[in-house]
Amino acid sequence: MAKNAPPNQPPEQTPPKHSASKATFLNKILALHDARNRQVFLYKALKVIALSALVISLITLLAVIIFILARGAQHINWQLLFGDYDPYPSIKPAFVGTLYLVLISIAVAAPIGIGSAIYLSEYMNTTSRLIRFIRIATETLAGIPSIVYGIFGYLVFVIALGFNYSLIGGGITLAIMILPVIVRSTEEALLAVPRSLREGSFALGASKVRTIFTVVLPCAANGIVTSLVLAIGRVISESAVLILTIGMVTDKMPQNITSSGTSLALDVYYFASHGYPEEAAATGVVLLVVVISINIVATILGRVYGKSEFADG
Amino acid sequence: MNVNRTFRFIVARDHIMRGVFLFCAVFSIFALGCIIVFLFASGLPFIGKIGPGNFFGTEWNLHTGAYGILSMIVASLYVTALSTLFGITIGLFTAISLYRFCPPRAVAFIRQLINLLAGIPSVIYGLFGLIIIVPFLRDTISPSGVGYGILAASFVLSVMILPTIVSVSLDALNAVPKNYYEGSLALGATKEQTVFKVMLPAAKSGVFAAVVLSIGRAIGETMAVILVIGNSPVMPTSLFQSVRTLTANIALGALELSGDALTALISTGVMLFVFTLLLNISFSLLMGGEKRGKKRAAKPAS
Repeated sequence: MAKNAPPNQPPEQTPPKHSASKATFLNKILALHDARNRQVFLYKALKVIALSALVISLITLLAVIIFILARGAQHINWQLLFGDYDPYPSIKPAFVGTLYLVLISIAVAAPIGIGSAIYLSEYMNTTSRLIRFIRIATETLAGIPSIVYGIFGYLVFVIALGFNYSLIGGGITLAIMILPVIVRSTEEALLAVPRSLREGSFALGASKVRTIFTVVLPCAANGIVTSLVLAIGRVISESAVLILTIGMVTDKMPQNITSSGTSLALDVYYFASHGYPEEAAATGVVLLVVVISINIVATILGRVYGKSEFADG
Repeated sequence: MNVNRTFRFIVARDHIMRGVFLFCAVFSIFALGCIIVFLFASGLPFIGKIGPGNFFGTEWNLHTGAYGILSMIVASLYVTALSTLFGITIGLFTAISLYRFCPPRAVAFIRQLINLLAGIPSVIYGLFGLIIIVPFLRDTISPSGVGYGILAASFVLSVMILPTIVSVSLDALNAVPKNYYEGSLALGATKEQTVFKVMLPAAKSGVFAAVVLSIGRAIGETMAVILVIGNSPVMPTSLFQSVRTLTANIALGALELSGDALTALISTGVMLFVFTLLLNISFSLLMGGEKRGKKRAAKPAS
């Protein structure tokens, strides 16, 4: 009976012939029903807020890309991309500088990062306190702001080693910065290789090192390559480190790895802060296209890797 | 005999390679140690030399030798707090709606999109702020007619940290066991009630991780901030006023200054480093305790 009572009926209207306890019972039920309705409405409202937050974040994030493309695409021309820097600005030195930085930082960080991940995942149980220290160090490195890496690179390479502003100094500083990224994702790729494969290899008489190089690493190859591609994306995106280590020399082609230079991201900052907003937007478009295509490559590689995991296991 | 020699060769090779891997792994510790030593050795003596009263004062004037960074610390904290507030509010709700209130196919697509956006260089966000947000604020809501300032920087940063917040909190929500959800529905709660009252509290440590991550990124961000905050070394009194953060202070002077002024920049970097170090340590202490508890609980099952 209580269930069928209309929720809007005020408790005073209950027939007086009912006993007092019954009336309060009905009263309680109605109050509960009201409270539940209010709650359901409240959470429905929260759901609407959540969905509008989703719309807002998608719109703002896409707005970043669309506005940059709209402002910059029209100012891309041959002179800006491949011309000499003399009368008008050009980003040709930045292409070369970025390429140098990617090569140097990956050449330094990839072997160390992969080796470190191998130690963390394959020799895990042996010295656990050391492993914990290594993990803390890696996590701390990942949390250091890039401008602090820049100061470190400046102190070590420009001042202590006397290289002056140089691509090699910037590249090595970047290598330390991307090391945690490589270690973490390589470790994940290695841990995804099924244990049974290693055990099978041991059972066939292979040593640990041989198992790592002939069984574990080939199985994890796709994941490792994905992590390296993501690390390349980080190197290309980075600018705060470089302002202190490679010198932001936008108008000269770098001769070799010890000369100062510039990168695409640094050029965007240079143009934006030195009164070339059109060139900044155009360089931004180039940078955006490069970084997004690298990330798409990484996503595709990651998907291939995700599929092959089942095939191998 | 020959077999024995091969065996010994294999054992030796295993030992050597293990040493090589160990060296690689220890390199992180070595690098961190180098960073700490170099920064502190070059930055701290300077603070002692000019005196903490000068260094933590409010005036930054290179001509009079006043190297006070208090105004920049305050500006950094304002920008960090505001951008984290905006970013977490929008990002958490976005993650929640991706978690249960969207068709699964759309979720997969949006996640890919958001991962892609997480890789956009920070200087691009800065440029976006410079050519879109700053003029917009200047022409619409700014009372003083200045677009640069804390609000512009906070907007830019909150957009920049949004992808990180969304994916970390979505991961946290997805990690909550599915039977919590079913159990709550079975007890008569609606879908919305379950998501907000059961799943979200269960994912709170992951959400907390997202907050800490975004604080770390916001306080350390340079290029997105330097283009939109105006860079005057004054104490912030308004959201629409040209001020300077710690990171901007370092990047601005890096190529031009020398001598004491340059050392002052390095000391600024030390302060920033100390901030992030404290943030990291407190975070890993909190999370470390939780993880260890979970591992212990999970051990008998495995």
